[in-house]
Amino acid sequence: MIHELPKLPYATDALKDVISSQTFDFHYGKHHQAYVNNLNNLIVGTPFENATLETIIKESEGGIFNNGAQVWNHTFYFESFSPNPKSVPSGRLLRLIELDYGSLSEFKEKFNKAALTLFGSGWAWLSLNNQGHLEISQESNAGNPLRKGLKPLLTCDVWEHAYYLDYQNRRADYLQKFWEILDWKVVEERLG
Amino acid sequence: MKRIILSLMLIATLGNLFAQSIVLNTKVSEMSFYSLPYAYEALEPTIDKLTVEIHYSKHHKAYFDNFLKASTGTDITSKSLLEVFANMTKYSDAIRNNAGGYYNHVIYWEILKPGNKSNISVELKNAIEKDFGSMDELKKQITDAAMKRFGSGWAWLSINADGKLFISSTPNQDNPLMDLSSQKGFPILGVDVWEHAYYLKYQNRRAEYVNIFWDAINWAVVSEYYSKSRTN
Repeated sequence: MIHELPKLPYATDALKDVISSQTFDFHYGKHHQAYVNNLNNLIVGTPFENATLETIIKESEGGIFNNGAQVWNHTFYFESFSPNPKSVPSGRLLRLIELDYGSLSEFKEKFNKAALTLFGSGWAWLSLNNQGHLEISQESNAGNPLRKGLKPLLTCDVWEHAYYLDYQNRRADYLQKFWEILDWKVVEERLG
Repeated sequence: MKRIILSLMLIATLGNLFAQSIVLNTKVSEMSFYSLPYAYEALEPTIDKLTVEIHYSKHHKAYFDNFLKASTGTDITSKSLLEVFANMTKYSDAIRNNAGGYYNHVIYWEILKPGNKSNISVELKNAIEKDFGSMDELKKQITDAAMKRFGSGWAWLSINADGKLFISSTPNQDNPLMDLSSQKGFPILGVDVWEHAYYLKYQNRRAEYVNIFWDAINWAVVSEYYSKSRTN
């Protein structure tokens, strides 16, 4: 199976108040593309040659895992943004957030804390666990909650390449602005 | 004239030993933040002024401040960084990350010092040829270690307990002095491959940064570290 870079659901300058088109040019055009290319090269002649990204994430190790998970993680991240986002969650997702975190603002605070305190490169995640509850987690480098049997709903990339051109060392500022482009409709659809 | 040159060389030598020794051996309660021995623009064009400014005054400073904060009220204040690294497994992630972050960056700034950079000592040159075959092979192996580090971390040239040079790579802010490192030794050269070290100028082109970094290394400083680590 040849993996391909997915098309973005918006123009690369559509979110420029939060993420510049320059960041998109590198983050999507170079990093995301490189993970796709590396993965395609690495899987040739291995048991993962025809595997889905989900299988690769759950079962592979080393370079295939790193590149495969990074392809999936970046697609999941980029697809959660919109120039016209639904700015607050509703329905089942909102009920779960209120049940597990008290309120949307308390949830955002906890999620941002996870994203801010992750040391080095990685991702902050919101997932649904087997008990039907929401769970915030930190994953280093290419880590992905699918590997732990969780259902990912939302992620924030805190590799420095995600924000360094726009925010430099100010990761907290990036995390504040992140919510302005997050489309809660996408997260609701993932929850189902 | 000769005497002046000799004195200058001695001062330069002491200067190099100074920064590293002080940082490693001072009691934590008496530590002060490392003073960058050159201007932010001094590493242009290898590393741009803005990158040096943010890397030193924000990232490096934050590691120092957070290390002191995490040490406050613990037995660490009466120890040296060398002792902390040697007992790293006993301490929290906050200590590990910030103590490492503080010390690693001192090595980084020191080995980039402007000056007569090509002045490698005979003993280091011989050791490199003995342990790696050639300078080109050393460069190839360090570049390889720096490129293969997935995520944030460092590539190192260190000297082990048997006096042999070796190359390794550590994640995040770990270093070969830490007891938890799989390859332990005394680092004499470190390449920072956290994206913050190169992203403003080189973006995704880590290979280009590592290559140019190699040409900017001050071998006189690395030689001093080598000589000192051997006498210790």
